[in-house]
Amino acid sequence: MKIEYWLNGRKEQAEIDAGLMLLDFLRDHGCYSVKCGCETTACGLCTVWLNEKPVLSCAVLAARIDGQHVTTLEGLQDEAKEFAQYMASEGSDQCGYCNPGFVMNVLSMVRELSDTPTEAEIKEYLAGNLCRCTGYVSHMRVLRRYLAAKGKEVQDA
Amino acid sequence: MKSVNQAVMKKDALPLITGKPVYTGDLAPKDCLIVKALRSPHARAIVRSVNKTAALKVPGIECILTAEDAPKKRFTIAGQTYPELSPYDRLILDKQIRFVGDPVALVAGKDAACVDKALRMIKVDYEVQEPLLDFRQAVDNPIVVHPEDDWNPMVPVGGDNKRNIIAQDKEDWGDVDGTFADSDVIVDHVYHTKQAQQSMMEPFQAFTELDPYGRLVIVSSTQIPFHVRRIVATALEIPKSRVRVIKPRIGGGFGAKQTAVMECYPALVTMVTGKRAYMLYTREESQTVSSPRHEAEIHVRIGASKEGHIRVISVEALWNGGAYSDHSPTTVTLAGHKSIPVYNHTEAFRFNYTAVYSNTIAAGAYRGYGATQGLFAVESAVNELAEKLGIDPVTLRLKNIVHEGDVMPAYFNETARSCNLEACLMRTLELIDWKHNYPRRVLPNGKIRAAGLALAMQGSAISNVDVASATIKVNDDGFYTLDIGATDMGTGCDTILAQIAAEALECPVDEVVTHGVDTDTSPYDSGSYASSTTYLTGMAVYKTCQTLIEKMKEKAARMLGDVKAEDLDFTGDAIIDRATGRQVTRKELGNAAMITNDIALEATETHFSPVSPPPYMAGAAVVDVDPGTGEITLVDYAAVVDCGTVINPALARVQAEGGLVQGIGMTLTEDVIMDKRGRLQTNSFMQYRIPTRQDVCDIKVEFAPSYEPTGPYGAKSIGEIVINTPGPAIAEAVHQATGVYFRELPITAEKVYKGLKAKKEE
Repeated sequence: MKIEYWLNGRKEQAEIDAGLMLLDFLRDHGCYSVKCGCETTACGLCTVWLNEKPVLSCAVLAARIDGQHVTTLEGLQDEAKEFAQYMASEGSDQCGYCNPGFVMNVLSMVRELSDTPTEAEIKEYLAGNLCRCTGYVSHMRVLRRYLAAKGKEVQDA
Repeated sequence: MKSVNQAVMKKDALPLITGKPVYTGDLAPKDCLIVKALRSPHARAIVRSVNKTAALKVPGIECILTAEDAPKKRFTIAGQTYPELSPYDRLILDKQIRFVGDPVALVAGKDAACVDKALRMIKVDYEVQEPLLDFRQAVDNPIVVHPEDDWNPMVPVGGDNKRNIIAQDKEDWGDVDGTFADSDVIVDHVYHTKQAQQSMMEPFQAFTELDPYGRLVIVSSTQIPFHVRRIVATALEIPKSRVRVIKPRIGGGFGAKQTAVMECYPALVTMVTGKRAYMLYTREESQTVSSPRHEAEIHVRIGASKEGHIRVISVEALWNGGAYSDHSPTTVTLAGHKSIPVYNHTEAFRFNYTAVYSNTIAAGAYRGYGATQGLFAVESAVNELAEKLGIDPVTLRLKNIVHEGDVMPAYFNETARSCNLEACLMRTLELIDWKHNYPRRVLPNGKIRAAGLALAMQGSAISNVDVASATIKVNDDGFYTLDIGATDMGTGCDTILAQIAAEALECPVDEVVTHGVDTDTSPYDSGSYASSTTYLTGMAVYKTCQTLIEKMKEKAARMLGDVKAEDLDFTGDAIIDRATGRQVTRKELGNAAMITNDIALEATETHFSPVSPPPYMAGAAVVDVDPGTGEITLVDYAAVVDCGTVINPALARVQAEGGLVQGIGMTLTEDVIMDKRGRLQTNSFMQYRIPTRQDVCDIKVEFAPSYEPTGPYGAKSIGEIVINTPGPAIAEAVHQATGVYFRELPITAEKVYKGLKAKKEE
């Protein structure tokens, strides 16, 4: 089938099999930041935005992006670089494999959470992003500093 | 120090965080054949025949390989120095199936869709056999997992395949039985840990191709490029000169990728077809046909005087190797050697072990490598001893722990040249507010808050075995390239080793470019495992810098004329004639090396160590237990680590936090469940529950550095030790809360509930 969509702001069209998953479609189209970690929607590695909302691309049919806007980390390089400074200074990137999906969700969290999010709200928002290297503790240090720079003060529980 | 002990950013941080294509799967050429395996649903069977006629007709299928197509010489996929202690007991494809998931056929085709279709169309005729699933029944069981006559131990490790024994040994030091007979108090218990999964975020993957010289090139997510070269060459029966292994960025390993779990499969396809081949394991494959921690049953006995002197420790370990021997003979030795020496004032110790075959997933290397299981058992037993003696667990430990300068009989008679364990313990107690939280109190909400602690040790590289090397070159304008064979798998060793080089060469870290690993060009390194990289490769880097500085002086002397190298001083930016003050800058030196030159401005040094200095640590947990439901909430965890000099405090801290949370997962949520036919039910992240960020409390990590004289700038290791304390510390906290001992991991709410119920009924 034929689909028309916006990928990282650019209008494109493609001929696809109806059963193709968005994850495979995006990697076939050069979006290598999108990773597969589990096939069971449990790890968050394949997080992308569909119309600015985070979705797990392993569980979305490519056909569903017809007429829609898809954003991957390739389309958010300036925002990713800004966040990367905070993450790198804590050594929190580690193996990096979960980073793109995590960053995608962090960037959408910044837009969606209030100006005074609690630690519990942050953990809940990002709960679907697994990481096996860091134990998540450094993530919170990173997020406190990053959110402060964005005018958001993390409240203790 | 300007570069060492600094929180330098990882050199690869920006590309990783911004999602650049740097991993094996991102680099695999588009024209690779896609390779998948057809796997046995039976735990034990003989493959009578494979009918692939229909499957071969699927458009796009290139080949379907079965046991007939694979070489017939046995090998091991354990990533260890040759000759490996793990017996050669594998074939790439074997007619004898030994566990659920053993491969029957490899299918290669132009895309995943056609391969999936072909996999469904292959008809296998199995002669299903009764499996041996309980490793406790393995020794001398009529079911023999490896009946073959070509089972091949390269090194005698006490194994006997006809008896299902992979490795076995007994060691007594001092009068063990006499000391037990003479002890006032004895604790005697059996502890059980399961086949925990590393669960690194990047599944196993590799692609293979033939280069213009017809050589096999393997690009793999591996911790052990040089071992993979040897293993694949051995498996395919081709000369090692025909194999080249390249490691790009790795999405985590934790020991899983210290085994060549799957490189042989695409390699065989490429050798047969001459075409590029790519294989990516699913998460299910990564959890069920990989290389988890060994399941262990450990019998611990400790004898003590009534005053609390630990006089004798006995550790008897039974180790479930699963279907193949990978890492069994080596991991099991750590169960005793890296637990007993924590209590170094014993008069005697015993360490007996047996590693056995069973028809379950073959176990491998996972962070902690056997020490984790041993320390869960010994530390739990020491906590039980404290209760039995009526001495608090801190006092008991202060009376008995190892100190700097001690000779450690249970650790190959090595001397603890650097040891700050007592400081680790005391600071941990402060961080966890031990006085307030130990032993227990009832909270207003009815939950019981309690605390527990544990100690740990590990090693730094394998003494007298591991080899590390570094090559450093001076380039244009005097920048350096550092070539290593050690593999950065996210731990940051490319950066840490550059920090060590920058310290020695007195230059900014940015002027040292790190490159690794390509087995054709990188200097030899055993690989990144056994907590070896900072300690051993770090020392190789340090030595290389010293040699390089001498060469740079030699070249500078030639340039200055009329002066000897020994009269020159190296300042980092320049080389200066002490007498006259005349100098050659590093920039001039680098550029001069590229015109009319016959002094190679590069150096390579190799290093091994006759000792493996243990890092030490203490960890303590505070938990809330709901007596109504058995639910355990981890409220607080604190740990203090003595890893010698901390080369990079930010990276070391994250290593510690990450290792602790893996240990917490192993203790509370990561359960391995097998059905009656040997199928793993915990085959995805839905069933095998690694911690999410909502499961993790605040974790406090500090360092209590010692100075290790045999390490680079005093450093020891940190990567593995950090997983070892949560098991026994949390188990003790839960015991304090409930009055029930939990001697099996994980400790789930169900087990606590049942334990409390049984206690009530007593």
